[in-house]
Amino acid sequence: MSTNKRSIQLFDPELIGTAVKQSFVKLNPALMIKNPVMFTVEIGTAVMLAVSIYQLATGDTSQGALWYNITIFSILLITVLFANFAEALAEARGKAQAQSLRKTREDTPAKKILLVGEITLNEIKLVPSSQLSKGDIFLCEAGDVIPMDGEIIEGLATIDESAITGESAPVIREAGGDKSSVTGGTKVLSDRIKVKVTTEPGESFLDKMIALVEGASRQKTPNEIALTILLAAFTLIFIIVCVTLKPFADYANTPVTIAAFISLFVCLIPTTIGGLLSAIGIAGMDRALRANVIAKSGKAVETAGDVDVLLLDKTGTITIGNRKATNFYPADGVDEIAFIQFSTLSSLADDTPEGKSIVELAAQKGVQGKKESGMTFIKFTAETRSSGVNTTDGLSIRKGAFDAIRDMAAKAGHTVPAETAERVKIISSNGGTPLVVAVNYEIKGVIELQDIIKPGIQERFERLRKMGVKTVMVTGDNPLTAKYIATVAGVDDFIAEAKPEDKMNYIRKEQQSGKLVAMMGDGTNDAPALAQADVGVSMNSGTQAAKEAGNMVDLDNDPTKLIEVVEIGKQLLITRGTLTTFSIANDVAKYFAIVPALFIASIPALQSLNIMGLKSPESAILSAVIFNAIIIPMLIPLALKGVAYKPIGASALLRRNLLIYGLGGVIIPFIGIKLIDLLLGLFM
Amino acid sequence: MIILCAVLYPLLIAGIGKVAPGGGKGETVSVNGKVVGYEKIGQRFTNDNYFWGRPSAVDYNAAGSAGSNKGPSNPDYLQLVKDRIDSFLVHNPGIKKEEIPADLVTASGSGLDPHISPAAAYVQVKRIATVRGIAENKVRALVDRQVEKTVLGPSVVNVLKINIALDNLK
Amino acid sequence: MNSEITGVVLIFLLTVILAYPLGKYIARVFAGEKTITGFMNPLEKFIFRISGINPRKSMNWKQFLKAMLTINLLWLVYGMFLLIFQDKLPLNPDGNPGQTPDLAFNTAISFLVNCNLQHYSGESGLTYFTQLFVVTFLQFVSAATGIAVMMALFNGLKEKTSNNLGNFWNYFVKSITRILLPLSIIVAVILAFNGTPTSYEGKDSIVTLQGDSVQVSRGPAAGMIAIKQLGTNGGGWFGVNSAHPLENPNYLTNAVETISILVIPIALVFALGFYINKRKLANVIFAVMTFLFVIFCAITVYYETKGNPAIDQLGIAQTAGSMEGKEVRLGAAATAFWSVATTSTSNGSVNGMHDSLTPVSGGVVILDMMINALYGGVGVGLLNYFIFIIIAVFISGLMVGRTPEFMGHKVEAREVKIAALVTLLSAFLIKGFTALAAYMVAHHPDIAWQVKPGAWLNNPSYHGFSEMLYEFTSANANNGSGFEGLGDNNIFWNVTTGIVLILGRYLPIIAPVAIIGLLAKKKFIPESPGTLRTDSGTFGVMTLAVIIIITALSYLPALALGPLAEYFSLY
Repeated sequence: MSTNKRSIQLFDPELIGTAVKQSFVKLNPALMIKNPVMFTVEIGTAVMLAVSIYQLATGDTSQGALWYNITIFSILLITVLFANFAEALAEARGKAQAQSLRKTREDTPAKKILLVGEITLNEIKLVPSSQLSKGDIFLCEAGDVIPMDGEIIEGLATIDESAITGESAPVIREAGGDKSSVTGGTKVLSDRIKVKVTTEPGESFLDKMIALVEGASRQKTPNEIALTILLAAFTLIFIIVCVTLKPFADYANTPVTIAAFISLFVCLIPTTIGGLLSAIGIAGMDRALRANVIAKSGKAVETAGDVDVLLLDKTGTITIGNRKATNFYPADGVDEIAFIQFSTLSSLADDTPEGKSIVELAAQKGVQGKKESGMTFIKFTAETRSSGVNTTDGLSIRKGAFDAIRDMAAKAGHTVPAETAERVKIISSNGGTPLVVAVNYEIKGVIELQDIIKPGIQERFERLRKMGVKTVMVTGDNPLTAKYIATVAGVDDFIAEAKPEDKMNYIRKEQQSGKLVAMMGDGTNDAPALAQADVGVSMNSGTQAAKEAGNMVDLDNDPTKLIEVVEIGKQLLITRGTLTTFSIANDVAKYFAIVPALFIASIPALQSLNIMGLKSPESAILSAVIFNAIIIPMLIPLALKGVAYKPIGASALLRRNLLIYGLGGVIIPFIGIKLIDLLLGLFM
Repeated sequence: MIILCAVLYPLLIAGIGKVAPGGGKGETVSVNGKVVGYEKIGQRFTNDNYFWGRPSAVDYNAAGSAGSNKGPSNPDYLQLVKDRIDSFLVHNPGIKKEEIPADLVTASGSGLDPHISPAAAYVQVKRIATVRGIAENKVRALVDRQVEKTVLGPSVVNVLKINIALDNLK
Repeated sequence: MNSEITGVVLIFLLTVILAYPLGKYIARVFAGEKTITGFMNPLEKFIFRISGINPRKSMNWKQFLKAMLTINLLWLVYGMFLLIFQDKLPLNPDGNPGQTPDLAFNTAISFLVNCNLQHYSGESGLTYFTQLFVVTFLQFVSAATGIAVMMALFNGLKEKTSNNLGNFWNYFVKSITRILLPLSIIVAVILAFNGTPTSYEGKDSIVTLQGDSVQVSRGPAAGMIAIKQLGTNGGGWFGVNSAHPLENPNYLTNAVETISILVIPIALVFALGFYINKRKLANVIFAVMTFLFVIFCAITVYYETKGNPAIDQLGIAQTAGSMEGKEVRLGAAATAFWSVATTSTSNGSVNGMHDSLTPVSGGVVILDMMINALYGGVGVGLLNYFIFIIIAVFISGLMVGRTPEFMGHKVEAREVKIAALVTLLSAFLIKGFTALAAYMVAHHPDIAWQVKPGAWLNNPSYHGFSEMLYEFTSANANNGSGFEGLGDNNIFWNVTTGIVLILGRYLPIIAPVAIIGLLAKKKFIPESPGTLRTDSGTFGVMTLAVIIIITALSYLPALALGPLAEYFSLY
């Protein structure tokens, strides 16, 4: 999963240019009002502008020196711009990320197949991809770039999806089945396919995601809404604090300038988190996108952080691909070489990965099998649950599941050799799959197939467990095998001999007990479960139905992606929480800077509250406002990258973040404001 | 519910109170059969021949009750305290300022505080002895007898009781 | 002096020791288990029968609140009526007049909302009839209301997913018959045997030893004093409350009364643990509350026993501490401790004049009422604390990367909105009205009102500001104590504090019940290793931080102009 080629620098100069421009555009109050915290700062800025203009016009100095008011005005304006910049930068990054995905498929020529009603004409017209609409059918041959997302309705092709996934190995996509989807921008390497367009132009998942990032259709997630409410409440509290301060000051015979009021207010309201809030949300989507996951809504990403149960397919997620033959165990009195030969012969026509692996293993042991004319190959059917070959010399070789072959043998009057029965048990209990081989209904031995567990998967499950996420392995294997693999891989639970509806039932059961379930799937029969799951990630290679049902699409088709998605979701929430804490904790120091400054003229005793020893009331207020402004850009990298998630348990994590962002949030502004005050001292 | 809380309950308490000292009406103190006061309610003593009690915001009229409610930094209040100190010094010659305990020059919370601190009693011994013409050590011994000690709380002197005892002191 | 501090420590320890089994008992009472007060059962059945209540009918949060508010409104009308016409009613041996409508409004509300702000003096402003039929009665029912509402919270936390918050009437009646009444009887008897009057006889006239003619107010006070302490009501029989030598005769009664202030609020915290079977949660809550409480006590006791520096400068001996407004028999330490206890629990009774506290102590008690959740008033203290928990849960939930949840229920926008509203409300009420008062004093000191704003304040400057701030803080916290120097029996104060009282009582009750009602309805999420445990020390620290930060941020400027400015100018 090499996504590095598209990763974008945090402060890409081009993006910064766009972002700066956008920061001014976003000053439009109609846009600002969506963010109540920054909106009030904007109002404050406007008031300061009015004060400055009034002063310029009349020369009235009752509101403090002109330069001072203009400085305050400028700093406030910069504060708003910084906040806008953070949001704009996040948007620009997300957009750039999505654009680079989309670029590949714009205006690709498409070989559209003309239709008359339902009848396909064998006439092909070359049109630009933008003119394709849903339901159109186009043709792709070797060397063509697929113009639109769609579903193969005819044919099979190898496709290079590296433009999307970054994975260079070609993949096979074919009509019918679970791997029928093709993505616009990928390239057909061989063969020809007919593809039906599944989305209207501009409505592909990627388009939707870009819209989400751009803000037009960006909806606040539930947690974001709740947080906005809390921040708005804080803002209101500080409005009360500042408004009531006026009569308080009157009582104490202290004149307080408008600039001081507004400075106090702006410093107190949580501008830091208020300015970064939307940037954090966008950055979360952006991080998902960089992990090659297209989220259909911000909520999906957020929900991923809450997931309690993760349903994972065994194959491809926990184990590498498919089972492989690892051993041949001939029955007593059967020659090993002969047994291997039988096994090879029975697998010659077996195209399944298991069959191929038997031939491969045999070749390693020096036994080669060759198809000969006259051989009749028996395909695997659900009824016989076995496959094999009838050779020209009259041997009927069958291999299959133990009980299938046993029944077959019993019918012919043969018994199962004890050592084979024993071996079958051992293999099963070790998580392997036994394939029994019979020649003329006489059991000759057993082949062991084993799953290969992906390296490093145990650690990932361990990490999930620490996050509090329960992992469930879904497999078609029998319970014994499933249990063995589950134990070795370290998953918490498994569903063996799983039918599609089992997944559904399991999800329902967990949800009923209040848990959030995430799953990954690709097939059409996964669609109901994907829709039922709280977080359903469908693979890009999966069927259209699956993709519609889930709320995320993984472009990499990587089954372990769920784990990353969960972390991205958590990171999103953590970043919001910690920056909120930081922002509010900052207020303590700001109070100590501004409150004494406000009243020191008439109540000298309050000098004792000036614990930072700031130089003068003006420099104290300026320092606080400046600190308040520059902390926003300083935190942009953190907001965009996200606060790291450490799976150390909820309490430990809270302790850690409380210490860093809570205590840090109290201490840092004391230092920062003092430093700025010292610097200002050089000029004032 | 009203009957329970407003009728039955107070009547029950009143009934129990009958058997308490003072019969639930407040414990009185009599001299020669005449009630001169309530044990728990302070009285105004301003004559030099009696132990003074604490300053009172209601002048010890127990029809009501009140503290001075003066804030610690109130300049008028501090002036008042200063005047009390000066007045005390005038009436108690030979007493040094730093011997005056604060409770003698600060108003109590209720305005009816029946007590003074032992220190406040001792500091008046000299004056009482001089005015009444009794030996100082006899008065001092009286105070010794009148100091009421509690296990954890502060030791106190009941001003009414000590003054009655003083009248009986020959 | 040392023995006085030991005394304070012992009183507190004894309170906690008593509160623990009491909490267990309360939990058992409400769980319907057998307790030693089972003999009350017939009485309760009788009450339910004559008032046609089915105590087993379950209520959702809306029904619960409706029952509570309806009966409270009835009581308000009843109380006001009696107060205005008290001069025409029996049991008025002293011939006290009826109250003015604005004072009656203020008084009735004040007792109804468990605040007991008193803009009158008990000796002359009430008759024995209203003392009993209005004051004592409301003291019982307002406390019982608090406990009953708290039970809604308990039930919401106990049930996994449910609409049922229990039956208001059931909890209400049992709060009185099983908790308040039995304890009150015990306390009242102790008081009676130590000299607090209990008879219905009126004022006595005597000639003092020195020859002054004075009167002595009396009355059936002991019973009322007991419930005033136990029900965190605080409104005294006499004007100066428990500083009065008949209301609080000696050090022993002082200890008993102090314990009475604290014991039920603390017991309820433990009761939470027993009732919902989450003892650790209760312990953490208790620890957080106690942590702040002990700090507040230590500060206050320190400054009060140290004395007033301005008095020190006059050159006299201040060994007993700052004695202005305090009683000799109680001493500075016990008075300081009481002042924190009474403001922590929204009780509001005093045994010394808070107006005369040294600046830091004055600031601490104001702050204490601003938080209003360190044990808090009976029942409502936990509700207030619950609001802080919701905010703490929300922020810390985000910090650990999970949608916040409390006791298995997700905390979402609606709950946060309500919690934020309550926080906002107290800031608004306290600061808004103090600002209004300060504005009147600063700009219209001579406006032609019955009492001119310029004459409101008994003390100038910062301390005068503290008087106004204290009054509204106390009203909002439903505390009822005051910096009593404030000239508060006039239309401005009666009406404004009346408004603050109502809003400061009912919204903070409605809000948590609404939150718990909403939460309880939600799907229950079982705990997983990723769940943030709310019964952990870490979460306790988080809640503590939220309490401190929110309070500090909301009120620091006001405190700076009042107590802090006074402190810095004195020391």
